[in-house]
Amino acid sequence: MTRKVLVLGETRDGSLRNVSFEAIAAAKTVAEGGEVVGFLLGENVSALGAELIQYGADRVVVVEDAKLNQYTSDGYAQALLAVLEKESPEGLVLGHTSQGKDLSPRIAAKLASGLISDATAVEVAGGNVVFTRPIYSGKAFEKKIVTDGLVFATVRPNNIAPLTKDESRTGEVASLSVEIKDLRAIIKEVVRKASEGVDLSEAKVVISGGRGVKSAGGFEPLKELANVLGGAVGASRGACDADYCDYSLQIGQTGKVVTPDLYIACGISGAIQHLAGMSNSKVIVAINKDPEANIFKVADYGIVGDLFEVVPLLTEEFKKLKVHS
Amino acid sequence: MNIYVLLKRTFDTEEKITISGGKINEDGAEFIINPYDEYAVEEAIQVRDANGGEVTVISVGTEEAEKQLRTALAMGADKAVLINTEDDVENGDQFTTSKIIAEYLKDKDADLIIGGNVAIDGGSGQVGPRVAELLNIPYVTTITKLEINGTNVTVTRDVEGDSEVIETSLPLLVTAQQGLNEPRYPSLPGIMKAKKKPLDELELDDLDLEEDDVEAKTKTIEIYLPAKKEAGKVLSGELNDQVKELVHLLHTEAKVI
Ligand SMILES: Cc1cc2nc3c(=O)[nH]c(=O)nc-3n(C[C@H](O)[C@H](O)[C@H](O)COP(=O)(O)OP(=O)(O)OC[C@H]3O[C@@H](n4cnc5c(N)ncnc54)[C@H](O)[C@@H]3O)c2cc1C
Ligand SMILES: Cc1cc2nc3c(=O)[nH]c(=O)nc-3n(C[C@H](O)[C@H](O)[C@H](O)COP(=O)(O)OP(=O)(O)OC[C@H]3O[C@@H](n4cnc5c(N)ncnc54)[C@H](O)[C@@H]3O)c2cc1C
Repeated sequence: MTRKVLVLGETRDGSLRNVSFEAIAAAKTVAEGGEVVGFLLGENVSALGAELIQYGADRVVVVEDAKLNQYTSDGYAQALLAVLEKESPEGLVLGHTSQGKDLSPRIAAKLASGLISDATAVEVAGGNVVFTRPIYSGKAFEKKIVTDGLVFATVRPNNIAPLTKDESRTGEVASLSVEIKDLRAIIKEVVRKASEGVDLSEAKVVISGGRGVKSAGGFEPLKELANVLGGAVGASRGACDADYCDYSLQIGQTGKVVTPDLYIACGISGAIQHLAGMSNSKVIVAINKDPEANIFKVADYGIVGDLFEVVPLLTEEFKKLKVHS
Repeated sequence: MNIYVLLKRTFDTEEKITISGGKINEDGAEFIINPYDEYAVEEAIQVRDANGGEVTVISVGTEEAEKQLRTALAMGADKAVLINTEDDVENGDQFTTSKIIAEYLKDKDADLIIGGNVAIDGGSGQVGPRVAELLNIPYVTTITKLEINGTNVTVTRDVEGDSEVIETSLPLLVTAQQGLNEPRYPSLPGIMKAKKKPLDELELDDLDLEEDDVEAKTKTIEIYLPAKKEAGKVLSGELNDQVKELVHLLHTEAKVI
């Protein structure tokens, strides 16, 4: 069955987030040959429409309104519901990001529809669109289908490969005017803590520190390594609890879930709650001075040693590699 | 103030997961209050202590959730309600749970509803915002701070590590993020008192709901465990050589750099 599928082009600091291109790829699968329609919300975003199309959207709808410059659940819900009413799609895909997590359940409740959150894969099998998603914090997976109504899902960043950008693709970018009424919750202030550097949930490389880094200053060598690799710095709860870093860096069951290509755990023992946040990373490297540490059980490569010796050496070695390639 | 907490009973975070008969094996597993819901219970108690009122903890599930509800009562909640779906509903999803909760809450004049931002088992994070939408009240997810002044509310929300300070008003639903507070342990007198606190049990009938009204919109067709990872390679030799080998392996074997 072909479907028309709507996809949110999520922006951050004026550019599209990668997860939106991944969502388009997912939407293509859901569409089964039908049309994929991107939508963008906010002022001066229509220029980004072309990029959504280059990544596979057939056309783009833009709702331009200053009230949509910042994400709010009320503003975005009004705009999205208007787009849904205009387009009557059979599918809807958002990123499983802070925005997607906040907005999607509300839309699903409004439409009395199902919603498959945090999908890591999507395929068509046996006549159904089948989503795979982690459950029990990544200790198991389930395959899930929508049995009634809209095929609605959010996709976890870094899991579904985007389509190759095709700069020759073109399509219509049209605007839809929507009257955004009162917002019941108003953002007074945004305090930026995490956004220096690379976004943790979308990073291809994550260098994480645990209690083994011993101090806030102990994170410095990790930051240098992250810089060289274009990655982000993360942490265990042990490190956060000890005040070596902000809780916004915490990875695990009660922190962020990351699935980078490369995860380097430095001075982290590998508690089950930490593994819940990173065990689905493609390649895991452990650096720990205790050969018995649990982290080695999930690591693809391990070095038993003092992280303060190993990490700077690694940084130097990667620098050499970068120069050569 | 009339405060409600949404509480889910879930697997202990330490539990290993096994599958039998296509389902997650629950035999012998330890169960706890979903960790984020513990923050919700704690916050509700603090808000009540500062503003007066009553805290009611509600859970949709089976009789077994009584234990976690009693724990919340022992922490200091005033009342508990178990909506027992065991005999009525076979397959449920987030649509089901939210509909049941909203149906229960719709005539309760709740001022504040606090849930967890995500359940560590089902992991969708849908129930809070769905309930708010069904009740047509505003919500703020993943909060790390809550200040109430009359009907005005200022919340701090965690947004992928950044924080937003948001102004809104009661009635309101919020979902708890780590960092909101330090949940207390139930005290011995608390545990004794909890035994006498009211714990009501309801069924769908009591909410004027039919099974059809709450029928799931999604279906799980398979549950499986992640492929067992082969033991990794722990390198040996001179540290300098190990580091060189690691970079080489990441470049040529794993091809991630
Ligand atoms: C409900 C609940 C939720 C939780 N959620 C999370 C979560 O989301 N994320 C999380 O991470 N944890 C979480 N935890 C905590 C978890 O159980 C562990 O306590 C925590 O992960 C330990 O952090 P750590 O590995 O940094 O510290 P430790 O366990 O103390 O390990 C430190 C490691 O560093 C090594 N080390 C020390 N010095 C050096 C050195 N110089 N060089 C190399 N290695 C060195 C040691 O050998 C040791 O293995 C949770 C716990 C509970 C109960
Ligand atoms: C009758 C019935 C049958 C079900 N059958 C199945 C089944 O066969 N297979 C299956 O996998 N799941 C089943 N479920 C569970 C269901 O799919 C979800 O687990 C549940 O709706 C919560 O979703 P979640 O785990 O994603 O929680 P989230 O949406 O991540 O939870 C977020 C927050 O919502 C609140 N919350 C969530 N669940 C409850 C609850 N039950 N009571 C009170 N507050 C809650 C908590 O505050 C929690 O922190 C069934 C549920 C019901 C009601």
